[in-house]
Amino acid sequence: MSTAIQSISLSGKKKEVSKKEMTFLERLYLIAIIKGLIITIKHLFRKKITVQYPEQVRQFSPVYRGRHMLKRDEQGRENCTACGLCALSCPAEAITMKAAERKKGEEHLYREEKYAEIYEINMLRCIFCGLCEEACPKDAIYLTISKELVPANYDREDFIFGKDKLVMPLEMAIKNAQLKNAN
Amino acid sequence: MDSAFIIEKSVVIVVVFAITMIMAMYSTYAERKVAAFLQDRIGPNRAGKFGLLQPLADGLKLFSKEEFFPNTPNRFLFIIGPAIAMTTALMTSAVIPWGDRLHVFGRDVILQATDIDVSLLYIFGVVSVGVYGIMIGGWASNNKFSLMGAVRAASQMVSYEIAMGLSMIALLMMTGTLSLKEISMQQSGLNWNVFYQPLSFLIFLICAFAELNRTPFDLAECESELIGGYHTEYSSMKMGFYLFAEYANMFISAAILSVLFFGGYNYPGMQWMIDNAGVNTANVLGIIALFIKICGFIFFIMWVRWTIPRFRYDQLMNLGWRILIPLSIINIIITGICILAFK
Repeated sequence: MSTAIQSISLSGKKKEVSKKEMTFLERLYLIAIIKGLIITIKHLFRKKITVQYPEQVRQFSPVYRGRHMLKRDEQGRENCTACGLCALSCPAEAITMKAAERKKGEEHLYREEKYAEIYEINMLRCIFCGLCEEACPKDAIYLTISKELVPANYDREDFIFGKDKLVMPLEMAIKNAQLKNAN
Repeated sequence: MDSAFIIEKSVVIVVVFAITMIMAMYSTYAERKVAAFLQDRIGPNRAGKFGLLQPLADGLKLFSKEEFFPNTPNRFLFIIGPAIAMTTALMTSAVIPWGDRLHVFGRDVILQATDIDVSLLYIFGVVSVGVYGIMIGGWASNNKFSLMGAVRAASQMVSYEIAMGLSMIALLMMTGTLSLKEISMQQSGLNWNVFYQPLSFLIFLICAFAELNRTPFDLAECESELIGGYHTEYSSMKMGFYLFAEYANMFISAAILSVLFFGGYNYPGMQWMIDNAGVNTANVLGIIALFIKICGFIFFIMWVRWTIPRFRYDQLMNLGWRILIPLSIINIIITGICILAFK
């Protein structure tokens, strides 16, 4: 019974192990070494798989969670209303913000009546779990749309990203709006 | 001895020295590139075009590193170790014929630092002294791992020197001379020794790997067991000297292999070139031919390094004492019979 089970090979790659004596040619190892050399020389001419990072960027998957981005709507207004739910949901406590009231004449800048005057994410604390994205009721914060990594730096202070780095660039919002109109 | 002769020899020596250094320098670059390419990577490409300035950057880095001394009572020996390794690595290049002769300024310049009758013995002698560099360095480090590495290196080099010497004897029976210049002259055209002495070549090649302490015989510095082997405690340029000596040795070994077995500076049709294109053109081509052979061997040594895993120590000793030495003795006997039969 047990032998019957052992002879089954689901992958088709199973090889019977035998303890037979090696022949003289096998014991010389020269043929095996030459075979190995041929394998490695084939790799010499193969296409290299290195991605030269700063110049070349690897294509991210659509759901890749990278650097956060605070979204603007089609009219270029910031979505964020500084409700603080993202900061609350953050398991690493990486997000801080300070809310402010929208004044008259600022309607083209902020969608809601309240907005984040200061919005900071400490990228050293952030674990890129995406819970802030899930918590956000205003579709304001996204990790998936920037398609960027947080770059290395020499200073801890420089890892605290403010609104200058987080808010979606205006050109991108305009482009998005144009795309939407075209569709 | 006239002054022109001294100047001529000095120039040859300086050029040979410079070429050895440059080749050793770029061997480190080539090693990294070959390793990368064999592993589907690109390798160093940031310092200069294609990373060609990488060796300079490495050297600069090593110079700027802290000069660290372990707690050793033998500071003098600790310093002299890498110095010996480097000196012996460079000394061997003195007897290698880089080309036949060039005709410049009305003189025949022989492209060899010295043509002594016992070149081959000289090389063996100097290479044997090279063991001391590793042994002294490892011992003076006052570190178990260094000592283990040094002991391994020493016993390995001593064992493989026997097989190497015996494989040479078969070649010498055929050539009848110890002078490398004459050995290369005998191999004119395609009369290369490798076709007459393939077994001797194979043994010599394997022993050269062992003498160089390179994979598959790099037990002296196997990282998984001995940290870095004999140069564990070394830092800065002293470490650089050890690494550099290894690459200089590699270059010299490749040169010796090409001179002894692959015809040295000879290439097919050299005589025709001398008659038709002049001595200088023919011999410059000869130098280029020799360097192509050397580069081929250096590439082969690297290629093997990234193919074959390291031997176990008992396997290494087994191969050296129980296979290569009897094999080379059999080779001597066969050579003797052939010489008797055909001459």
